[in-house]
Amino acid sequence: MKKGKLFFAVLYVLWLALFVVVPIALLLFQSLTSESGQLTLNNFVSYFSSGTYLRMTFNSIFYAFLITLITLVISYPTAYLLSQLKNRQFWLLLVILPTWINLLLKTYAFIGLLSRDGTANSFIGLFGISPQQLLFTDSSFVLVSSYIEIPFMILPIFNALNEIDRDLVQASRDLGANSWQTLWRLIIPLSMPGVKSGVQSVFIPSLSLFMITRLIGGNRVITLGTAIEELFLTTQNWHMGSTIGVILIIAMVATMVITRERKKSVLRRGGK
Amino acid sequence: MKKNKIGNLYLWLVFIVLYVPIFYLITYSFNSGKYMHGWKGFSLIHYCQLWADTRMIEIVVDTLIIAFLSSVLATIIGTFGALWINFAKSQLTKNILLNFNSILLVSPDVIIGASFLIFFTAIGLSLGFLSVLLSHIAFSIPIVVLMVLPRLQEMPVTLTEAAEDLGANFWQVLNKVTLPYISSGIMAGFFMALTYSLDDFAVTFFVTGNGFSTLSVEIYSRARQGISLEINALSAIMFIVSLILVFIYYFISRNGNRKRTPGLEATK
Amino acid sequence: MKKLLSALFAISLVIVGLFAIQRYLVAKENAAAGTSGSGSKVLNIYNWGDYIDPSLLTKFTKETGYRINYETFDSNEDMYAKVKQGGTSYDIVVPSDYMVEKMRREKMLLPINRKKFKGFKYYDKRFLNKSFDPGNKYSIPYFWGTLGIVYNDKFVKRSEVESWDQLWSSKFRDKILLVDSARDDFAFSLISMGKSVNDKRPADVQAAKAKLDALMPNVKAILDDEIVMYMVQEEAPIGITWSGEASEMIAENKHLHYVIPKEGSNIWFDNLAIPKTAKHFKAIYKFLNFMSEPKNAAQNAEYVEYSTPNKGAIKILPKSVTGDQQFYPSNKTLKNLHVYSDLGQKWTQIYNDLFLEFKMTSR
Repeated sequence: MKKGKLFFAVLYVLWLALFVVVPIALLLFQSLTSESGQLTLNNFVSYFSSGTYLRMTFNSIFYAFLITLITLVISYPTAYLLSQLKNRQFWLLLVILPTWINLLLKTYAFIGLLSRDGTANSFIGLFGISPQQLLFTDSSFVLVSSYIEIPFMILPIFNALNEIDRDLVQASRDLGANSWQTLWRLIIPLSMPGVKSGVQSVFIPSLSLFMITRLIGGNRVITLGTAIEELFLTTQNWHMGSTIGVILIIAMVATMVITRERKKSVLRRGGK
Repeated sequence: MKKNKIGNLYLWLVFIVLYVPIFYLITYSFNSGKYMHGWKGFSLIHYCQLWADTRMIEIVVDTLIIAFLSSVLATIIGTFGALWINFAKSQLTKNILLNFNSILLVSPDVIIGASFLIFFTAIGLSLGFLSVLLSHIAFSIPIVVLMVLPRLQEMPVTLTEAAEDLGANFWQVLNKVTLPYISSGIMAGFFMALTYSLDDFAVTFFVTGNGFSTLSVEIYSRARQGISLEINALSAIMFIVSLILVFIYYFISRNGNRKRTPGLEATK
Repeated sequence: MKKLLSALFAISLVIVGLFAIQRYLVAKENAAAGTSGSGSKVLNIYNWGDYIDPSLLTKFTKETGYRINYETFDSNEDMYAKVKQGGTSYDIVVPSDYMVEKMRREKMLLPINRKKFKGFKYYDKRFLNKSFDPGNKYSIPYFWGTLGIVYNDKFVKRSEVESWDQLWSSKFRDKILLVDSARDDFAFSLISMGKSVNDKRPADVQAAKAKLDALMPNVKAILDDEIVMYMVQEEAPIGITWSGEASEMIAENKHLHYVIPKEGSNIWFDNLAIPKTAKHFKAIYKFLNFMSEPKNAAQNAEYVEYSTPNKGAIKILPKSVTGDQQFYPSNKTLKNLHVYSDLGQKWTQIYNDLFLEFKMTSR
């Protein structure tokens, strides 16, 4: 028994070691050394004493939070309604399909939609509203980022909802709960693992968005991703870039801890 | 009944929003102009260009090979990883493993790319197909784990215990109980991995070399003068093909559903 | 389980099919090039995206039998990182001026053998022997250009943008697109204060940053190559960018024009160079000679629409192109143009940190 289990995990453990632990060690090492190769905490000191970096961090967290919230609000009902459909796997594939189109291309499509003489402005023009500046604003940045992230939120929530035993729902109805009570007391709590997975897979990448910040946001929104991109590629200061990388990883661990399973209140099928 | 209508309306709205940009860029693949704005008239010129561009077609094929191969392998490795994490006894170990698992998800692509590059050159692997494949497998594994794990945690322990009590060995339990139970999570993981692989630019950019290129890398480096509508034409074709595949899947699964598993559909 | 297995089977079939197509395509290409397999007759080129006429590559293969592996990058720093790490085998790379200096100093380039490369005679002397590579030991200029202002004559008059200082005018509020490059934005700020584009005095650089901050209310967005598309779409009336991109904009929208402000500006060069990873020397020199051939250089310039340093090519190109003061400025203007030198790690960092701070300045 034990051997079987171990055998399976070999590749995974190998992956953990080679592609996670080694890069992290490299990253940590870089962040703790200076240009001349000496051990130092200077990179962290200059990060925490720099108003620019701290403000940028705050900005990133704020926007990532906003994007996650918006996608969650849109995705939960969508996932719920999808899970009620007859051919739900088919409709789910239709949700995933847009993500297979190249990101840059979709971004350019949005530029066409949102530009001064673009489709959105022509549309509101029909109601006699004069063209608005839509591009290079915070809201257009949030809009496009949310668009990109929505499928990544719907998928895990849908999966969680789809797993819920329909007998359980039926039982709740039989016991006299109305649909709202069933939703609140049963479906939402049971789908929480999916919501958490969704939040993790949206919030975390949103912290380090970079291309959309420039193309749609016109660099009016600066995230940690932008800074890292610049430190690694333009300035080629890998030490400072790694420092921010390490801080991002710490932020991720914090996110995971906050959204951690708290298994109590929920009744679980067959659970102990 | 009324609630259903509102629900359907909402779903339609979400799907329209999801597909507006896609239809927009497909429409413009027929533009006779050069850009994705300012409609200049209908033309198939960008499709002709694409047909003549052997390098592009080759890149598309390479991209698809990498995408499918890496996501299958990542799904297999990731599923077993999730099983392994789930076997962990203490919650603490589980959480630590999970955090390590997700590090690649949070790390900005530039960092992942740069560290993989250092790693590959350190072990003397020449950059090209293999290095790109390994990287894609590497960054797809965590998302698979993230998709499979919740499903595993949902699985009642009694289910496997019952099977074991009945004398099933590890393989049999895996085959007959666990894998079928988590199959939807596995499929979700596979599709996410596929998405990640098709979409990745930064990591691939760093670890590729010796003439090997993927679609994203090619698109980014061609974007200097705005994206050529040839790329739109290509995406339009890829989109239509995927759509057809999805419909085929739909018909197969519908017929399949009719024949078996009446239970699941009926309880609704 | 059945479902999973059949899915796995279907996907494997797809992969095998794709491999078959790939084999077929490679075989077809080899047959077209008249070479067999991945023999030694190859040349690995690492160039900017869309920066060469693809028909020239085909022509080269036809004439010489060398198959070209063509890869692209989109910034000097990306290219530098790839070449520096190794694991690649590029034969020819195309760094800009300051990057030639940096790579040359770090011994990442091989000298050009004058016995094998005979093309220098075709080049305009004004564009040779620059400070980043004295005597052109390591590099051959490929294209060159300037930094300047693009304006849309529907909204702005030429007389309103002839000097850098005019950009700060309050009438341009929220009207300017800036190029997303620390070096270039500092360059015009420094020039407008009468300083050098390679200034390394803290007080000057801080003053340039303060002056940029003051420009912020006029800045609508800070963009990369997409600035071309945005200017063509008339999303903003003024853009600060390089001449190469300007010529692309002007080709698409007749209302756009390019000015090199009277205080002077930057002049840049993209250059062909041989990195230390090079292996196929015979092919390399064949290619370098091929590209410096006036006929080919002219064809390339017509495709890329950038300014060529090749005197022979200039003679062949139509007068409407080479007589255009916007892209082939007079000697008088040329005197006021300065090349960037490599600032070194410390000052590159200072410029970029300040630039990041500038981008965070609230408007």
